[in-house]
Amino acid sequence: MKTAKKNAWTNAWLTVLKRDLLLALRRRSDIATTLFFFVIVSSLFPLGIGPEAAVLSSIAPGVLWVAALLAGMISLSRLFSADFTDGTLEQILLAPQPLALLVTAKILAHWLVCGLPVVLLAPLIGLQYALPNEALLVLVYSLLLGTPALSLIGAIGAALTLGVRGSGLLVALLVLPLYIPALIFGAGAVAASQHGMSAEAHLSLLAACSLLSLVLAPLATAAALRISVE
Amino acid sequence: MNINWFKYSSPQTFYPLAGKMIPWFTWLAVVLAMAGLYVSFAIAPTDFQQGEAYRIIFVHVPAAWMSMVIYIAMAGWAAVGLALNARLSAMMAQALAPTGAIFTLLALVTGSLWGKPMWGAWWVWDARLTSELILLFLYLGFMALQSSIDDPRRADRAGALLALVGVVNVPIIYFSVKWWNTLHQGSTINMGVAPKMAATMLLGMLLMALAFWVYTVAVALMRVRCIILERECSTDWVKELSTGGQA
Repeated sequence: MKTAKKNAWTNAWLTVLKRDLLLALRRRSDIATTLFFFVIVSSLFPLGIGPEAAVLSSIAPGVLWVAALLAGMISLSRLFSADFTDGTLEQILLAPQPLALLVTAKILAHWLVCGLPVVLLAPLIGLQYALPNEALLVLVYSLLLGTPALSLIGAIGAALTLGVRGSGLLVALLVLPLYIPALIFGAGAVAASQHGMSAEAHLSLLAACSLLSLVLAPLATAAALRISVE
Repeated sequence: MNINWFKYSSPQTFYPLAGKMIPWFTWLAVVLAMAGLYVSFAIAPTDFQQGEAYRIIFVHVPAAWMSMVIYIAMAGWAAVGLALNARLSAMMAQALAPTGAIFTLLALVTGSLWGKPMWGAWWVWDARLTSELILLFLYLGFMALQSSIDDPRRADRAGALLALVGVVNVPIIYFSVKWWNTLHQGSTINMGVAPKMAATMLLGMLLMALAFWVYTVAVALMRVRCIILERECSTDWVKELSTGGQA
């Protein structure tokens, strides 16, 4: 009996994940938008500040992390809104499986579609900012550990602002202050490795942020979805 | 003995009770503020390092305390509102938010007014200043979310959830900003007042803090009365009130 229930949970979770990934693949321009946003934002800074390599490499950790933060944030509106308008979300809410579990599948799909491409592209942008090789590696690690937290925390904001007028701007106001710890530790890790220090402490804290939000954010998101949809 | 603990949890019974409490809290706030200002500006000695400019801490420190206390109180009311599904608790949370935001702003403004003569700069990315700024963002987010949802029940519950998420995050944000600050600033500015503060200085600060506290209660009660009237305007007792009955 118990294993049957567990299997049903796994099945439902995988179904939601596959469905969301498939939908994202069918609309590939959505992935590209997030990615291009990240590239454009991070290309604007050298144009505004000037091409000196020393200056660029010193601002690179912060700029790249802020750009990743913003790219993750603008894609949040897609997390639930399409499902909300076509009624799929209500079906997910009515499913016998726990909502928090199904929400993690949706968040994982969102991260795979919007977070992971940014992580993979970041070293390329880092090269343009004259980052040394070790720092590039730390940048990838920090984004890999930190962007899941961004998707998880962002999901709470996306769920709270579902169907609310002006939700795009509102989500920025709600979510960006909560992103600050991830920004500090993520950019701090890259800066530490630039200065020849160990980035381990920052990376550990970043991983802790992600794990903590993995535990709490799906529950909060599920509660927020129930408030928004009822 | 049978006490009805929830008697005043209904807006209808709480409305007149709040009306009776407001004058008491208002006058207490006025008296405490007068005493606090007198102690702060007339009795407390001039600081030998900072001169007269230090006196702004009598407003700054209590305002910073209140900004944090109100956020916790707001989250507490929000939690009660979510757990017990009590309308009045959510209204209290909503009523506290603007006062909390104002105190946060006051702490920021007085902090920068104090910083100009002391540090030579209006704004320093000090850990406390920065986290106070983030607290202001959290208050603004709470108020923006509540005001952009039209259905009051949904606005209450969404706001309550956001306040709870915020209260979990406040310590994380505070410590991350603190570590960020110590890593980035070569010479850490010690913002704390000298530990051996004159007793009169402490007294002035405590009186001001109490005055702010009581003021917050008075203002929150006034605001919650307005919210009650607004929300319950279709009920009989509010209609009775508006057609000539006395509160």
